Amino acid sequence: MFSDWPLLSILIWLPIVGGFALLAVGEGNQALVRKLALGISLLTFLLSIPLYTGFDTTTAAMQFVEKHSWISTFNIHYHLGVDGISMPLILLTTFTTVLVVIAGWEVIQYRVAQYMAAFLILNGVMVGVFAALDAVLFYLLFEAMLIPMFIVIGIWGGPRRVYASIKFFLYTFLGSVFMLVSLIYLYTQSGSFSILEYHDLAISEQAQIFIFLSFLLAFGVKVPMWPVHTWLPDAHVEAPTGGSVILAAIMLKIGGYGFLRFSLPITPDASRALDWLVIFMSLVAIVYVGFVALAQKDMKKLIAYSSISHMGFVTLGFFLLYTIVENTGGTQGVAMGIEGGMVQMISHGFISSAMFLSVGVLYDRMHSRDIGDYGGVIQVMPVFGGFFVLFAMANSGLPGTSGFVGEFMVILASFRANFWFAFLAALTLILGAAYTLWMVKRVVFGDIANEKVAALTDINRREFVFLAVLAIAVIALGVWPNPLLDVMHTSVDHLIQQAAGSKL
Amino acid sequence: MDLIYLLIPFTPLVGAIIAGLFGGRIGRKNAHRITIAGVAISFVCAAIAFKRFAIDGAEPLNATLYQWAFSDGIGFQVGFLIDNLTALMMVVVTFVSLMVHIYTIGYMADDEHNWPEVSLAGKNSYQRFFAYISLFTFSMLMLVMANNFMQLFFGWEAVGLVSYLLIGFWTTRETAIYANLKAFLVNRVGDFGFLLGIAVILMYAGSLDYAAVFGQAEQMQHQTMNIVGDAQWSVITVACILLFIGAMGKSAQMPLHVWLPDSMEGPTPISALIHAATMVTAGIFMVARMSPLFELSEVALSFVLVIGALTAFLMGLIGIVQNDIKRVVAYSTLSQLGYMTVGLGASAYAASIFHLMTHAFFKALLFLAAGSVIIAMHHEQDIRKMGGLRKYMPITYVTSLIGSLALIGFPGFSGFFSKDSIIESVAASHIPGAGFAYWAVLLGVFVTAFYSFRMFFLVFHTKERMDEHTRAHLKESPWVVTLPLVLLAIPSVFAGIFIDPLVVGEFFKGVIFVAPEHEAIHHLTEHFHGVVAFVTHGLTMPPFWLAMAGLVSAWFIYTRKPGIADATARRFNGIYRLLMNKYGFDEFNDAVFGAGFRKIGALFSNVGDRLLIDGLIVNGAAKVVAVSASLLRLLQTGYLYHYSFAMILGLVGLLGWFVLNG
Repeated sequence: MFSDWPLLSILIWLPIVGGFALLAVGEGNQALVRKLALGISLLTFLLSIPLYTGFDTTTAAMQFVEKHSWISTFNIHYHLGVDGISMPLILLTTFTTVLVVIAGWEVIQYRVAQYMAAFLILNGVMVGVFAALDAVLFYLLFEAMLIPMFIVIGIWGGPRRVYASIKFFLYTFLGSVFMLVSLIYLYTQSGSFSILEYHDLAISEQAQIFIFLSFLLAFGVKVPMWPVHTWLPDAHVEAPTGGSVILAAIMLKIGGYGFLRFSLPITPDASRALDWLVIFMSLVAIVYVGFVALAQKDMKKLIAYSSISHMGFVTLGFFLLYTIVENTGGTQGVAMGIEGGMVQMISHGFISSAMFLSVGVLYDRMHSRDIGDYGGVIQVMPVFGGFFVLFAMANSGLPGTSGFVGEFMVILASFRANFWFAFLAALTLILGAAYTLWMVKRVVFGDIANEKVAALTDINRREFVFLAVLAIAVIALGVWPNPLLDVMHTSVDHLIQQAAGSKL
Repeated sequence: MDLIYLLIPFTPLVGAIIAGLFGGRIGRKNAHRITIAGVAISFVCAAIAFKRFAIDGAEPLNATLYQWAFSDGIGFQVGFLIDNLTALMMVVVTFVSLMVHIYTIGYMADDEHNWPEVSLAGKNSYQRFFAYISLFTFSMLMLVMANNFMQLFFGWEAVGLVSYLLIGFWTTRETAIYANLKAFLVNRVGDFGFLLGIAVILMYAGSLDYAAVFGQAEQMQHQTMNIVGDAQWSVITVACILLFIGAMGKSAQMPLHVWLPDSMEGPTPISALIHAATMVTAGIFMVARMSPLFELSEVALSFVLVIGALTAFLMGLIGIVQNDIKRVVAYSTLSQLGYMTVGLGASAYAASIFHLMTHAFFKALLFLAAGSVIIAMHHEQDIRKMGGLRKYMPITYVTSLIGSLALIGFPGFSGFFSKDSIIESVAASHIPGAGFAYWAVLLGVFVTAFYSFRMFFLVFHTKERMDEHTRAHLKESPWVVTLPLVLLAIPSVFAGIFIDPLVVGEFFKGVIFVAPEHEAIHHLTEHFHGVVAFVTHGLTMPPFWLAMAGLVSAWFIYTRKPGIADATARRFNGIYRLLMNKYGFDEFNDAVFGAGFRKIGALFSNVGDRLLIDGLIVNGAAKVVAVSASLLRLLQTGYLYHYSFAMILGLVGLLGWFVLNG
C-alpha cells in the first residue's frame, strides 16, 4: 500500500509541519503538546518501517525516488531516494526521535512546545539529509540541521551553553563552507547538482584532492575525527539529554554517511592518495581519544570521548579499500570494513543514546554529572543499575551486544590491510572496557557514597520504557545483525566498484 | 538438529532469564527451582549426548543453528560441533554446575546479611545469584559447543561477563568491585590477543569455521607474514601464539594470572564453578580444540610449555605462604592450570583434558568444602584461626581429605592418573623447553602436597584456635551443602580409571590431532597395562615419593613442630617476602598500567586536547579573529573627522605615488 506514496517526503515534511503545528499550539497546553509530539514522532517512525520492508535488496539503484524540478535555472531538483547505506540511518533517526520525545516528557518544563518542535523539525531535516540526492538540497538541509540543535543547546543547555553552542556552530559551519565551494565547482563542471551524476563525473586529480579535503573537513568535523573533535565534548556537556542523544546517535552519523555518499564515489583517486590521512586520524581517535576518555571526571564528557573513539572505527572501516588492495591484491575484506563501519554507526546510535539517557536519568535526580558525586547507585536504583551495566558492556564491545559487531568486522577487515591497523584498533578492547567499566565501578557499584545518593529513587515506568526499548535493540542487533547487513550488501558492492575505479 | 542438543545450552538460559528478570515476583524458592531444573535438564541431555557420541560412537555432529552475519562472502554462523571432546566437556560443565546450583541453596540462604539494610540490590540477591550461575552455564556451553571462532569468542567473553558480575556480586564491597574490574581488564588483554589471532585465521584460512580452518592448516604452515620490518613469521605460529594469549588470560597463565587470586572476593560457589572447574579451563579446552593448528608450530608449543611450567611451579610456591583458605585453593588452581598447559605444550592434549576433568571434580570439591568451613566459621577465612574442625564437620572433613589426596596425586585417586599422565608425557617430549618443564612439574608435586596438607592440617587438625563464640556454633553444614560434596567426592576418587580410554585409548581419535613427531603420550600408551599396573608402577616413581615427602613435611611442620615454619620464614626472609608479595606482579601492574595509563590519559586530555587543540588552535583562532577585529574596529570609530583625515591622507598618498612613478 505504501509503494506509490511519496514516503520520503512524508518522512521529511510530516515532522517538520508537525513541529510548526506545535509552535502554533504554543506553551499554553503542555499536555496536548507532549501527546502531539509523541503521536507525530511515533507516526513518523511507523511510516519509516515500510522503507525497510519494501526495500529491494537486489539493486544498488536508489529506491523510493522522488524527483521534481525545483530551481530550473540552476538545474536544481527536489530529488530524494535511498539505498542500502542511507535507509538504515533514516530508520535510526525516526526511532531515536521517538525516544527523545519520551525522554523529555516531564523533564522539560520550560518552553515544552518549542523543545518538542525543535526535535521534530530536526527529525525531518535529518531524514532529508540522508535522503537528498541533490547537492543543493543536501547542503541546505545539512546547514539547516544546525539551527534547531543550536537552539536546543542554547536554550535548554547548561551554564556554559553559549560557549558550547557557538563553538559547535562555528566548528561545523567552518567545515561545511568549503564543502559548498566544492559543490559549486562540481556544478560548474557538470552543469548539474545531482549527486549521482557527480559519481560518474571525470575530475582531474588536483581538483579531486581539493574536493576531497573540503569533504574531509566538513564530514570530519561532523563525525568528529581527531583533531577537529573538541567541539563535541563541550556540546554534549552543555546540551540537554535529548540534544546529546540526537547529536551522538544521528548527527555524528551524517559525517560517516558523507564519506560514503560523497568522498569515496566522487573523489576515488584523491581517496586513494589520501587514505593514509583518514586512517591515521581514525587510529588516533581510537587510541589517543580512548586514553583521553580514561581521564574524564564528567560522565557526559567521558561518553562523548567514547563516541569519538567508537566513530574512529567507522572511518577506519570505510577507508581500508586501498591498503587492502595494495597489501593483498584483491578486494576481499573491503566490504566487511565498510559494512562493519555501517553497523558500528547504527549500533553506536543505540548505545550512545542509551548511555546519554542513562546519564540523563541520574542528572535529573542529582543535577550533577560529576563521577565523584556518585557511588553505589545500584544499591538504591537496582533496575537502573542493571540497565547501566548492560549498556556499559555494550559500549565495551561485548559479544552478544550490538557494540561488538561493527568493531569485530572492522578489526577483521583492517587486519587484511595491515597488522598494525588491527593491533591499534583492537586496543579498544582494553581501553574501551577500562574507561567504561571504571566509570561503572565509581558510579554504579560500591557502597552508597553520600546522602544524596541514598535519597535516589529507581526509574519510573516512562524511563523504564525507553531504556528497555534500547536494551532490546542493543541485544537484538548483537545476537542477529544479519537483517541489517542484508540490506547493505548490494549498495556497498556498488560503492566499492565506484571507489576502486579511477576518474582521471 | 536433535532437540536434545538445543536443550543443553538453552534450558539454563531460560532459567537465567526467568530468575533474573522476574526474580522479585517469583520469589526465592521458585527461582532456585527453575534454574536447578534448567541445569538438571541440561545435564541429563548432556549425558544422553555423551552416551551417543562417546559410547555408541556416533559420528561428530557439525550443524548450523542460524546465520549470525554474512559479509564479504564470509558467513558467520552460530552452530554446534559435538564430538567426544565437546560431549565430555558438556557433561563436566553441567555436572559441576548442577552441584554448585544445589550447594548455593545452602550457601546463599542468608545472603541478605551480606548487604547493608538500605540496599535494594540486596533484596533479590538470592534470585540474581541463581540467574547469574545459570547464565554462566549457558555461556560456557556455548563456548564448548561452538563450531566456529566467532561463537567461541562470544562464549569466551560471555563467561568473562558473568565472572565479572559474580566476582563483584557483593557490590558494596570495595575489594570485590576492584577485583572484578581487574579480572575483566586482565582478561581483555588476553582477548586482545585472541581477537587478533582470529583475524589471522580469517585472513589466511578465509573462514572461521573450525572444519574449514583445520582443512587449511597445512597451507597456513607454509605461509609467512610480515609484522615488523622485513622479518617473516610463520602464519601458523603467529596465529597460535595470539590465540594462546587469549588462553593465558582466561586460564590465568603468567603473567596474566593476576586476576584469579583476587577473584576469590566472589561468593564461594562461583569460585568452585567458574574460577576452578570450568571457566578457567576454557583456555585449556580451546588449545586442545585447536590441536590441528598448534601441532604445526613447534615454536608455539614451546611457548605454551614454558609459560605453563612457570605457572605450575611459581604459583604453587605462593600457595605455601597464603593464610586465606580460599586463596590457598586459588593458587593451587593456578598451579594446576599450569600443569594442564604444560600438557598442552607437550602435545599431550588428551592428558590435559583428562586433568581438566579430574581437576574439575576435586577442585570444585575443595572449594565447596572450603565454603562449608567458611559457613561454619561465620565467614572467617583465615586458616590460622581455625583448627580441629574434623570433630565438628565429619563430612566436610572426609570429603576434603579425598579432595586433597586427589589433588596431590595420591596413587589410586583421580588426580594421580591425570597428573602422572602429564608428567610422563613431558618426560617423553622433545619440544624445546621440555627439560625445564619436566623439573618444574616434578618439583611442583612436592609443593602441591605441601601446601595442600599444610592447609588441611591447619584447618581440620591441630588445636582449635577460633574464638569461643565461633567454637560454640561450629556444626556440620546442611545437606544441600554436604550432598554436593559427597557427589563430587565420588568422581574425585574414581574418575581416574577413565585414563583408558581418555588418555591411552582412542577416545579422542579424530578429534585431537597429534603430529607423529610429537607423540609424547605414545610412550605412555605402550607401557600401559591396566589401571592396577599403572598404580603399582606409580608407587616406584619420583612423583609419588615427592608427594609423600610434601605430605609428611606438612604434617611434621604444622602438627608436630609449629615453630619450624616461622623459623624458616625468618631464615629465608627474602624468599618469604617475595612469595608474600606474589613476586610483585600486582605492584608492577598498578604502577605501570594502572597509574601509568591514567597519567597518559590525563596528559592527553590536559595537554593534547585542552592546551594544544582547544587552547592553541581553536580558541587561538578565535583570539586571532578577536584581535584583528579589535584592530579593524579602530578604523571604524564613527567620527567624521577621522574618516576625512584618512581620506585626505589616502589622497595625498595616491597622488604622491602617481607623481613619483610618473
